[in-house]
Amino acid sequence: MHQKSLVELATDLRSGVCSSEELTRACLQRIAGHDPRLNSFVTVTGSQALAAAQAADAAIKAGNAGPLTGIPFAHKDIFCTNGVKTSCGSRMLDNFIAPYDATVTEKMHEAGAVMIGKTNMDEFAMGSSNETSFYGPVKNPWDETTVPGGSSGGSAAAVAARLVPASTGTDTGGSIRQPAALCGITGLKPTYGRVSRYGMIAFASSLDQAGPFTRSAEDAAVMLGAMAGFDPRDSTSVDRPVDDYTAQLNAPLQGLRIGLPGEYFGDGLDAGVGDAVSAAIAEFTKLGATVTDITLPNTHLSVPAYYVVAPAECSSNLSRFDGVRFGHRAGNPQDLTDLYTRSRGEGFGDEVKRRILVGTYVLSAGYYDAYYLKAQQARHLIRDDFMQAFKQVDVIMGPTAPSVAFKLGEKADDPVSMYLSDIYTIAVNLAGLPAMSIPAGFSNGMPVGLHMVGNYFEESRLLNAGHCYQQVSDWHTRTPQGFE
Amino acid sequence: MSLDASDVEKIAHLARLGINVDDIPGYARNLSDILSFVEQLNSVDTTGVEPLAHPLEATQRLRPDVVTEGNNREHFQQVAPETESGLYLVPQVIE
Repeated sequence: MHQKSLVELATDLRSGVCSSEELTRACLQRIAGHDPRLNSFVTVTGSQALAAAQAADAAIKAGNAGPLTGIPFAHKDIFCTNGVKTSCGSRMLDNFIAPYDATVTEKMHEAGAVMIGKTNMDEFAMGSSNETSFYGPVKNPWDETTVPGGSSGGSAAAVAARLVPASTGTDTGGSIRQPAALCGITGLKPTYGRVSRYGMIAFASSLDQAGPFTRSAEDAAVMLGAMAGFDPRDSTSVDRPVDDYTAQLNAPLQGLRIGLPGEYFGDGLDAGVGDAVSAAIAEFTKLGATVTDITLPNTHLSVPAYYVVAPAECSSNLSRFDGVRFGHRAGNPQDLTDLYTRSRGEGFGDEVKRRILVGTYVLSAGYYDAYYLKAQQARHLIRDDFMQAFKQVDVIMGPTAPSVAFKLGEKADDPVSMYLSDIYTIAVNLAGLPAMSIPAGFSNGMPVGLHMVGNYFEESRLLNAGHCYQQVSDWHTRTPQGFE
Repeated sequence: MSLDASDVEKIAHLARLGINVDDIPGYARNLSDILSFVEQLNSVDTTGVEPLAHPLEATQRLRPDVVTEGNNREHFQQVAPETESGLYLVPQVIE
């Protein structure tokens, strides 16, 4: 059962081949058997999941089944789930039982999907390796001595290890696409504003966006259809109808114009990764696509601009954690300042502290123009590069990450080197564009991701390209050894 | 840009963030590395470039000024560390 795609499982559920309860029990069993090695879950909600599965079975029997009814899935532990611990990977929220649902939680619930648990993640989504989690690192199922990527490392590892057919994630600088690439699965970051941020614990509000992890582009289309939509409770949600993301999946790729930015294939790219990505792009030309060399000349500014904008917004967002209304509170505070200072000092881990410090510094009096304003100007230049490119091409392709999964601990002491593992994904968040990573082969036995970037609201085109490629390739069906 | 221990202490105070004295040299080094890295931004002339705050250049949407949520004080205060009579308790501020 665990080798079937989400779409296959939905068909099985509707035709009575299996029930949602059976499927849910099977997932819970796989989690119990395999997750002690991977550490991809923070919380498993077994009894709630079984109750939801029974309700789904009743809906299916009554003929009220949608494409996600009865499908088990996992939420990244950044989405508020009413009555269920929502930790965000932090000691700060280790005791936090969310008192309400995020919009994404609500939407998945309305779609009849069965939440089976909450996945491990880098603390407050700050990290690229899942090593900053209060609950310990997640292991990559392809090689348990390597990282799964981050920050949505648990969500990616759980799908790669076939523990669940799908999961949710969030992507501020690559946190869906980079772990999808490192774990050999499909991950989609939608256009900024396409999926509501309400109830999704904020890291950098102008960059954060939620999206799905699945094995295939077809499954991602179904998940995105349920997650996307206007939400008046998110002030940056975009009021625009949601496409039927499955409608264009099989459209021929004849005439699709692919742009290859020279900047994404230069120094710093691992040769094995580059070869796999080039081979995948060659398959697209066999499907009728054309390839053009393009340039995104301000690419080198994206990581520096990001590491001003993201910490600045993080320091502001995380000021809400003060030990007063919810979350960790230090014992025996001497006065109010002591309460704030020690609660935050004890509740936050190292990387979160680093980013709060950087953000506080760049926003402090006298430095705002030199850092934050400058970074926002660079952001404009980066966006203009993409707009220029999309005059000539439909989709921009390249590697998702410069290397395959690196060793646990390898970059833990060198923040700047860790930041550079998101070099190809970060510009997309600064510009707010949709992008997707799909499996495109292996290098040294580890998965490689192909990164596809589309123009605003062109998620359907990315899913179409991904799906057509997955009809002529089988990388997305490969399962890590020990998890078959 | 290079930050020393006293800079780190000052920033940590601004952020009301407790850090261990032993960790301060490490933070000073990390922060200096990060700030020198982001100084690459100075290599580009941005005179006259509008800062981009929102990727889609959307403006803030306003809602009608009416009550849309009920009073859930008790429900939300269940996750608070310390409350009394519907109020959040903190150490005494005014003598």
